[in-house]
Amino acid sequence: MAGSGRIIAGVLAPHPPHLVYAENPPQNEPRAECGWEELRWAYERCRRSISTRDYDVIVVHSPHWKTQVGTHFLGCDRFAGLSVDPVFPNLFRYRYDLAVDVPLAEVIAAEAAKEGLPTSMMRNPDFRVDYGTIIACHLVNPKWDKPIVAISSARSYYQFGNEVGDRQMIALGQATRRAIEASGRRALVLASNSLSHRHFTEEPELPEDMAHEHIYNHGQYLWDMHILGRFRRGETKLVVDEMPDFIEGSVSEAKEGSLTFLLAALGFPTYPAEVHGYGTVIGTGNAVVEWDPARGASW
Amino acid sequence: MVAGLIVPGLPHPLLAPEQSPRWAELRTAYDAARTWLAAQQPDVLVLYSTQWPSVIGHQIQTHPRPKFAHVDQDWHALGTMKYDFPVDVELANALEAAARKRGLHARTVAYEGFPVDTGSVVALSLLDPESKLPCTILSCNMYADRGETLVLGKAARDAVQQTGRRAVFVAVTSLSARMFPHPIEPAQDHVSSQKDDEWNRKLLEILGEGRLEDASQLMRTLTTQANMDNKGKAFWWLAAALGQTNAYQAKVYGYGPLWGTGAAVVSLVPAVRAAGDHEFDEEDVEVHRGERSVLGGAASTSASAVTPAKPATDRIETSAAPRAVGAYPHARKVGDLVYVSGMGPRQPGTDAIPGGPVRDADGRPLPYDVRAQTHAVIANVRAVLESAGSSLDDVVDVSVFLIDMARDFAAFNEVYGQYFATIGATRTTVEVRALPTPIAVELKVIARPRPSP
Repeated sequence: MAGSGRIIAGVLAPHPPHLVYAENPPQNEPRAECGWEELRWAYERCRRSISTRDYDVIVVHSPHWKTQVGTHFLGCDRFAGLSVDPVFPNLFRYRYDLAVDVPLAEVIAAEAAKEGLPTSMMRNPDFRVDYGTIIACHLVNPKWDKPIVAISSARSYYQFGNEVGDRQMIALGQATRRAIEASGRRALVLASNSLSHRHFTEEPELPEDMAHEHIYNHGQYLWDMHILGRFRRGETKLVVDEMPDFIEGSVSEAKEGSLTFLLAALGFPTYPAEVHGYGTVIGTGNAVVEWDPARGASW
Repeated sequence: MVAGLIVPGLPHPLLAPEQSPRWAELRTAYDAARTWLAAQQPDVLVLYSTQWPSVIGHQIQTHPRPKFAHVDQDWHALGTMKYDFPVDVELANALEAAARKRGLHARTVAYEGFPVDTGSVVALSLLDPESKLPCTILSCNMYADRGETLVLGKAARDAVQQTGRRAVFVAVTSLSARMFPHPIEPAQDHVSSQKDDEWNRKLLEILGEGRLEDASQLMRTLTTQANMDNKGKAFWWLAAALGQTNAYQAKVYGYGPLWGTGAAVVSLVPAVRAAGDHEFDEEDVEVHRGERSVLGGAASTSASAVTPAKPATDRIETSAAPRAVGAYPHARKVGDLVYVSGMGPRQPGTDAIPGGPVRDADGRPLPYDVRAQTHAVIANVRAVLESAGSSLDDVVDVSVFLIDMARDFAAFNEVYGQYFATIGATRTTVEVRALPTPIAVELKVIARPRPSP
């Protein structure tokens, strides 16, 4: 099977804990009445779409595993524990139990190292997996029946600037694609990213009170629509060209690298993405977007 | 109130002092601070950690006994840090109430398994390894500016005084915060640049003289020059919590690198005599009135915790003008005249500044349009006057404050003329170094009441 691996889909899979909270899965302790349906239903559509294809592993890049010294990869076979969101502990206290595809993680790390990126494997079994990884994986695959490869967010955008950060994430995405192809795995690749990311600094007494939910400002909304328009037209290379401006203009969470990583792993799609839905969470702009390379092949 | 401490939060001195002589020196410094701390006989440690970021206001730990096996996101290879320490819940609740009373959005967290940050775990493990002392831990709000952080420090001081605790305030922070983004040989660790190292040493020289308030007021400069950890917020907080003076007896136990950052262990005990007078280069802030009212009613609820003085009958206050940034009304009617407080261009309700602010949250200059600001100022003056039963046509005297006469006077004067050319009010125009909000122009006027028809 080695050498016949491929990416079966790439998904922009934002990780607001509010979506898990509103869904009331058994793993999460807090209970909600409702909320953020546009995005939760978008994830439902995404899950239905992905369910038509089989795959072996989920590869996820998460902004909430922040690493100063290069890119890190989960490196133990299994992690289980309690994830409590440090910002929204009232919404997300989630018991997780997940399997890791360590061999694939090691191959990606080695391939990225060849590109000059500092990489390391996280082998401490006491490690608590970050909530950005858990939430994105839960929303795409709530059955948790696939192993994952979890990739940290190196702080290169902050250390060197947006342009350098983007170059490093392009290298990481391309290395990931090569490693997946060499491994023979069929992989679903996730970018656990919001779009615009300026958010409110207060929350309503009832977090799911949708009377208070809206985009933080119109400028953010314009940026989000501009980027989604490019996705829908297959203009992802232009998105990467504009990424530094998008980050500055909308305080985008793309500054953590996940989106650029995903687009590079997908080979900068020129075919239209499926925007399953867009919605705001505590003022941030979020979209669930799927790229299907098979659709691209027939485009 | 007993004293203050500044300590680093990276885990190397706790988990791997043997890997680098520099990390071992910091461990020795921590050990000396522990001995000093025991001699102070405090009831509680109040921690502010730059490694606990928050975005929804300020978070305060109130779980009575946080317990977990913690692994750092970056430094997982150094090992696991088990913690199990007591929290002074009464003090933490008092701190939340004090913060709210000062206009801050604050909330407590008391959840099983809540991730206590690496900085707090390191500081508590090294200062109180047997977990005998209760503590209170505060988050570092990502959006809080200097004013808001000062108010949080003052709230901590309020709570300690109210509960009668003997407290040591602990700022868990690096100095310069530039980390090496690549693997290094631990024994070769050094502060990432000579410039950062020099600024760190200058800061420690100032702190060593007991000049904490001076150090606090230098943080914007130091952040620009040496990339201070979280813009130096921990220093702002600590200085405010300890009373904003330069009167401390200080001891620097050690200074060195932690993966390129600057790290120091410093104790500060209030002294009778100050090392020198301090001078506020920015306004001091007692109550937070920042831009947090995104939820309308919720924000006004927290703001109402600060009880306003009962309005005097001759006081004029109107929702048609921007809210005051201090304890003053928009205007007062005395005798036959209406005195209007200095009025800027901020928009009622939103505080947005037409033409843009003159500086950002970090004090960096921004481009702005003084014409747009002047139109907005005059609109605000008009609104106040009309609330007071007067009008722009009834103005008799105007005082104008500009922050940059050379740049702005001509444009200001042109707009002013559009409104006042036919009114004939007397006018005085002066340049001032700064105004309390990031604006370029402010007007103070005196007017007559509108004649009765």
